Amino acid sequence: MRKVYHRIIQIAGNVITVEAENVGYNELAEVKSSRGVSLAQVIRLQDNKVFLQVFAGSRGISTGDEVRFLQQPMKVSASENLLGRIFTGAGVPRDGRAPLQDDMIDIGGPSVNPAKRIIPKKMIRTGIPMIDVFNTLVESQKIPVFSIAGEPYNKLLARIAMQAEVDVIILGGMGLKYDDYLFFKNTLDEQGALSRSVMFIHTASDPVVECLLVPDMALAVAESFALKKKRVLVLLTDMTNFADAMKEIAITMEQIPSNRGYPGDLYSQLASRYEKAVDFDEAGSITILATTTMPGDDVTHPIPDNTGYITEGQFYLRGGRIEPFGSLSRLKQQVNGHTRSDHRAIMDTMIRLFADYRETLEKQSMGFQMSTWDSKLLKYGALFESRMMDLSVNIPLEEALDLGWKTLAECFDKTETGIKSDLVEQFWPIK
Amino acid sequence: MLECGKGRVVGVNGNMLTVEFDTKVTQNEVAYAVAGDVRLKSEVIRVRGNRADLQVFESTASLKVGDPVEFTGDLLSVDLGPGLLTKVYDGLQNPLNELAEQTGFFLKRGVYLPALDTAAKWDFTPIAKIGDKLKAGDKIGSVPEGIFKHYIMLPFSFHGEWEIVSVNQPGAYAVNDVIATVKSTSGEMKNLTMVQKWPVKIPIKCYKEKILPEKTLITQQRIIDTLFPVAVGGTFCTPGPFGAGKTVLQHALSKFAEADIVIIAACGERAGEVVEILREFPHLEDPKTGKSLMERSIIICNTSSMPVAAREASVYTAVTLAEYYRQMGLNCLLLADSTSRWAQALREMSGRLEEIPGEEAFPAYLESLIAGFYERAGLVKLFDGASGSITIGGSVSPAGGNFEEPVTQATLKVVGAFLGLSRERSDARRFPAIHPLDSWSHYKSVVSDDKLRKARQTLKRGTEVNQMMKVIGEEGTNIDDFQIYLKSEFLDYVYLQQNTFDRVDGATSEERQRYVFDKVLKVIDTKFSFEDKDKARRFFLELRQNFTEWNYMEFQGEKFKKQEAAIEAKIKERSTNA
Ligand SMILES: Nc1ncnc2c1ncn2[C@@H]1O[C@H](COP(=O)(O)OP(=O)(O)OP(=O)(O)O)[C@@H](O)[C@H]1O
Ligand SMILES: [Mg+2]
Repeated sequence: MRKVYHRIIQIAGNVITVEAENVGYNELAEVKSSRGVSLAQVIRLQDNKVFLQVFAGSRGISTGDEVRFLQQPMKVSASENLLGRIFTGAGVPRDGRAPLQDDMIDIGGPSVNPAKRIIPKKMIRTGIPMIDVFNTLVESQKIPVFSIAGEPYNKLLARIAMQAEVDVIILGGMGLKYDDYLFFKNTLDEQGALSRSVMFIHTASDPVVECLLVPDMALAVAESFALKKKRVLVLLTDMTNFADAMKEIAITMEQIPSNRGYPGDLYSQLASRYEKAVDFDEAGSITILATTTMPGDDVTHPIPDNTGYITEGQFYLRGGRIEPFGSLSRLKQQVNGHTRSDHRAIMDTMIRLFADYRETLEKQSMGFQMSTWDSKLLKYGALFESRMMDLSVNIPLEEALDLGWKTLAECFDKTETGIKSDLVEQFWPIK
Repeated sequence: MLECGKGRVVGVNGNMLTVEFDTKVTQNEVAYAVAGDVRLKSEVIRVRGNRADLQVFESTASLKVGDPVEFTGDLLSVDLGPGLLTKVYDGLQNPLNELAEQTGFFLKRGVYLPALDTAAKWDFTPIAKIGDKLKAGDKIGSVPEGIFKHYIMLPFSFHGEWEIVSVNQPGAYAVNDVIATVKSTSGEMKNLTMVQKWPVKIPIKCYKEKILPEKTLITQQRIIDTLFPVAVGGTFCTPGPFGAGKTVLQHALSKFAEADIVIIAACGERAGEVVEILREFPHLEDPKTGKSLMERSIIICNTSSMPVAAREASVYTAVTLAEYYRQMGLNCLLLADSTSRWAQALREMSGRLEEIPGEEAFPAYLESLIAGFYERAGLVKLFDGASGSITIGGSVSPAGGNFEEPVTQATLKVVGAFLGLSRERSDARRFPAIHPLDSWSHYKSVVSDDKLRKARQTLKRGTEVNQMMKVIGEEGTNIDDFQIYLKSEFLDYVYLQQNTFDRVDGATSEERQRYVFDKVLKVIDTKFSFEDKDKARRFFLELRQNFTEWNYMEFQGEKFKKQEAAIEAKIKERSTNA
């Protein structure tokens, strides 16, 4: 018989403290209050004191309420029946259907042995030239979209998810606006992808602690599918809300903050989630596409900064377009040497010239005289923006490369592009 | 045997345990916390009264107050012996490939395996003879380990003089077989195997003296060897914001630097990056030996999602292995990516210990720990007259890319070269993104000081002109200044920038660097004449193109020579020199 404890000696933030014995670190408990039953997790043990983080929040909990320890850590079902289902961060169905109890696995499991990973080598096609040509997305990559609130990052995520050839899509929503939740649900439904999707949704109005569980739930499920040789795409939006939830708990626990109030282990916490992205030796893969909204559009803010140090590049979404500068897919070189022989040259050259264009724009804005070269760049820049950067463009990689050559030829002569002569001979458009 | 202490858990906070103990504990000794049927390795990091704080090298999930703790009396140590090369270890020297065979896809807590293959036989040749008097670090014999002669030495922990009582005949032995027996002056007898243990946080100092590093370590990266060289036995750091190219640079160094042994400490960074090394190195040939690069490498891999306390240990594990090979008279290169993650591990633990925080919540002793780590580098003269070295290169990941932060600043105080990577250059895809004006080095370049001065001058003037042009516009700049700007850009493009991923351009030999650098200086020294700026820009664009293609050609090959002639002709086109 499990013992029930009635002595809650402290309630602070979403953390309660009880005096109890024989409790395991990270174990779950049920807290029964007048508001109902909530799960809670042990986050610290000190002598006979047990500190618990209450998933539904501490509001309404009284010192006389019941705490019952479950003698097991947080688990999630990994059964096939998950597909098509929608849950809260705590794993409770949101879709009015029955809870799942079969094939329960721990969340937040151990790290993959690096020796069991392989070098990723499969491109994920998105039809977006700024990604396919310039910052190719690769299976098993972990990459966030950096943007400010208000940018269409969820649309971008959904679009990539719909276009990508993957077996399973898992959506982890953190602090999601209800409209955005519905948007994802409807998009998946309309495109017939709901039956290969699982959603863990924490909306802005749900208890903040549940937000913390979302990535672990989503990634534990992703891992179980990947081990069954499935190619899984995990969408995590918005990781800034996750980090902020972590900050809130850290402050409650009176941890010494390291940087703008964020806990010193922010890097490790984010990394242990993002590092779940993997290409398994002899099994499936997990690709993580996340969003990180940058407070104050400041990339040096601790959340985007730590994220950048963890992920394999980032896409900057600004003004509804993916910025060529700052955006980076660190895995692109694993794949863009095997697509078409001109891929790398087009990528490098077009970006370099676009950088020159931006410089010319600056000069122009300062009222300097424009040289012949400057005028060429101005023409090029405008074409680049409409043909490559506009997010409404949806063309396969090869077509985008051809368009690249066309654009170059319309603006420059062969030498000015600086492309190796053998490629120029092969690809330069004949008028 | 020593009676070892026992204790019980009284607190769990993340990876920190508070333990009440019965008899005595030693600072930094290893202990095991027992959770059901797993034993979790930990290290004592603070003692107060009858309570000790331990950092656990594993997840502490399910540990309870009251769980037993067994102290070992040993400091955190590594095994030193033949078979370290080619190995892939975690921060505590667990072999990852062997772990994968046992536990599959995931790391399993509480599973520890021997660091060295206990079954493998090594061809032992004795060096010491019966009656010889040996001191710690003196050679007993040797075994071939790949391309190296691996010396079996009297353990570094032995004090005083020891006499060889017996030593094995040449033959094949396993690492744990007894190969010699020694006797101390007081008559104590000890059996020796080919393995010895050494505590990682204590430097191995069985050498006569440290000497000043003077020789350039050839890395085959032009901007390093020429502009910001590293010395054999020196130290350097590569701070830079995320994505600036720290890891790519370290990988290039691990492939192309002319060291005997390369030890890579992947410390709290991405697992995927280590996988590239694990999967590629066995297939890459070391041009010097014709063997695979793996044969000269050891990889310590404690990536960001692996336990944080083991990350803290990993840099010490790495440097201890380097010190071991240095004792054999070899030149070791230790590359740590990233030292900031190590510092963060210290910070996490310091926070849990509720120590008074310093800047950005790093512990107050951060600076001395960083200094202590880099101090373990160095060129040393061994007792037998040979010399060996450890060169340490650490990447630093400053928060927000701002170098005014504790880890970068503490590192800059102790290293001999600072290769600062800049966001501006990496955004402009000018790789390696080492900033040519902000970086510095105290070591000797592969080219003469005069030549170097000229190149630096050009870069500096070029930047000034560029800045000026931003204010007054190109039209307001005179053509001579404009030419200087174009020359500095030329130098940048064809010499400082290097395509790491190209087979030829990725590695430039010392000889080639001198040769090409002279050619670049020739362009800088030449006075060209142009009708206007567009013509000038055009000319340099073409010259740059010729030069870049030249960089991709095999040194002194047929094509190389032809291209060189084309370059000469191009220079003549506009030269006003007699
Ligand atoms: N020498 C180079 N040549 C070409 N591309 C490079 C070079 N160095 C870096 N890059 C590009 O920059 C990307 C990031 O480089 P790298 O992974 O080395 O950054 P980092 O400084 O280690 O970042 P982090 O701190 O996040 O680990 C690479 O994936 C590659 O696309
Ligand atoms: Mg890196």
